[in-house]
Amino acid sequence: MHIAPRAHSGRRAGKVLLLVTAVVAAILAALLIAACGDNSEGGGGLSGTIVGDGSSTVFPISEAVAEEFGKLEPDVRVVVGISGTGGGFKKFCNGETDFSDASRPIKDEEKEACANNGIEFVEFQVAFDGLSVMVNPDNDFVECLTVDELKRIWEPGSTVDSWSDVRPEWPGESIALYGPDTDSGTFDYFTEVIVGEEDASRPDYTASADDNVLVQGIAGDEDALGYFGYAYYVENTDKLKLVYVRKDALEQPEVAEFMRFYLTEGRPLVAEVGYVEAPESAYQEGLDLIP
Amino acid sequence: MTAAEAGFRRRLFLRKATAVGFALLCILATSLGIAALALLLVDITREGVGRVSWDFINSFPSRKPEQAGIKAALWGTIWMMGLTASFAIPIGVGAAVYLEEYAPRNWLTRVIQTNIANLAGVPSIVYGILGLALFVRAMSLERSVLAGSLTMALLVLPIVIIASQEALRAVPNSVREAAYAVGASRWQVVSRQVLPAAFPGILTGIILALSRAIGETAPLIMIGALLFVPFTPSGPLDRFTVLPMQIFNWTSRPQPEFRENAAAGIIVLLIVLLTMNATAVILRNRFQARARQ
Repeated sequence: MHIAPRAHSGRRAGKVLLLVTAVVAAILAALLIAACGDNSEGGGGLSGTIVGDGSSTVFPISEAVAEEFGKLEPDVRVVVGISGTGGGFKKFCNGETDFSDASRPIKDEEKEACANNGIEFVEFQVAFDGLSVMVNPDNDFVECLTVDELKRIWEPGSTVDSWSDVRPEWPGESIALYGPDTDSGTFDYFTEVIVGEEDASRPDYTASADDNVLVQGIAGDEDALGYFGYAYYVENTDKLKLVYVRKDALEQPEVAEFMRFYLTEGRPLVAEVGYVEAPESAYQEGLDLIP
Repeated sequence: MTAAEAGFRRRLFLRKATAVGFALLCILATSLGIAALALLLVDITREGVGRVSWDFINSFPSRKPEQAGIKAALWGTIWMMGLTASFAIPIGVGAAVYLEEYAPRNWLTRVIQTNIANLAGVPSIVYGILGLALFVRAMSLERSVLAGSLTMALLVLPIVIIASQEALRAVPNSVREAAYAVGASRWQVVSRQVLPAAFPGILTGIILALSRAIGETAPLIMIGALLFVPFTPSGPLDRFTVLPMQIFNWTSRPQPEFRENAAAGIIVLLIVLLTMNATAVILRNRFQARARQ
């Protein structure tokens, strides 16, 4: 998939109106488990305290998951803080927390700090990177689009041709659609989270593997509507949301159960609090990491 | 009318105009402050008063704004204020009594005095760093109410000490001398004459200090006070959150309903603050009345 480096977004913003969107959404949950001996293994119902901290932008997801998990396992106390990604890692690598929310991957020096304290970790992706949906800057009627409207525009066999097909009060001009080509990860992602089925998209749009071509196209066409990814996390690391959990904590049944819950029941909550779900495979990979 | 008389009248008018002008300026300064406060209160009340309810006060945080409440934050605040007060007041007043009534005037006390004055101006986040290193890590208190309260106590100690010193200094020396004259020991002078006389002033300082502590967020974020806490503290070593942190987080959420919650949270925080201050004012008035008898 083609990824525009970060520097492009500034240039883009100059040319194209950043429209709607589910911007954010790469959430990686990494679980790190360190060896600490504070685990009480209660038989039967799970109990204990799970301490999380880190990014305040991942907080809403962890909060939602903790809230729901608390209803299921009332004896497990899940608490979450908002020290920020870096602040969260400091505490995490110091053995003070069980999991750490992060909006970027762990840095090398943070890994080192963890290693020095004998803390190992596992990384789970809990949601995905963001999408940008854009229209031409001269377009003055589109202020926002709902996910549902985007779905109607982009689903296979879509009957949407003009703006007025989206909302009756909008003009009757045909929409010129731009998007990444089918090899793109952004395409997979967009179709999965917006259309609802991976790789399911209407075929009649201007496709390009080059984000810049898409930007140019949208900038030069008053009736353009296009999307591209804020890309995969490696290329656009500042858009990441991660959660790190200590490995020894993951061996505790309540923490393992909490993470399992995070990656399964937690998925719909991701969207509910305003983020975008990661692809199925990311959750599956995460689940495989839980002992 | 002679020229001298005319000159005098002109100067008299100028003097009177200056006096009136200055008074007007002072009124303006006062009303500006009050107007800003009133505006804030009206705004907050309009936005949040509909959300203040028993459910709001008695619910734990939630991702759903309409179900979210401040139970954990409110109890966390009450716990923290109680513990902070019980550390800061005895230590602060004790330090003030020592510095004013016992300590010799030498370079050491001057250094201490200067440092206390400087500490009062240190940004609160610095106390957070200190609290993190000392209480959370070195003393292994973790992110408990106790660690938070000790940090807050450090933060407000300079205010308590300075205000108490001022109050002690305001007690006329004749009171001490009269007590010594009838054979009282130093302990008797301090405990039965000076402290009761200074008590109203000391209480004012304590009100100011605790009012600051109740609204602080930065040092608590630093020591890692949590935000999503689905229980109330049952002891000083429990984890906790406080109202300002909950309000701070709600205002940063994109959904407008959370901002309503934040406004409602502010109203509750103000009520807690006013209750606390009212208690202190009532106490102060009672002591003032007694001191006058």
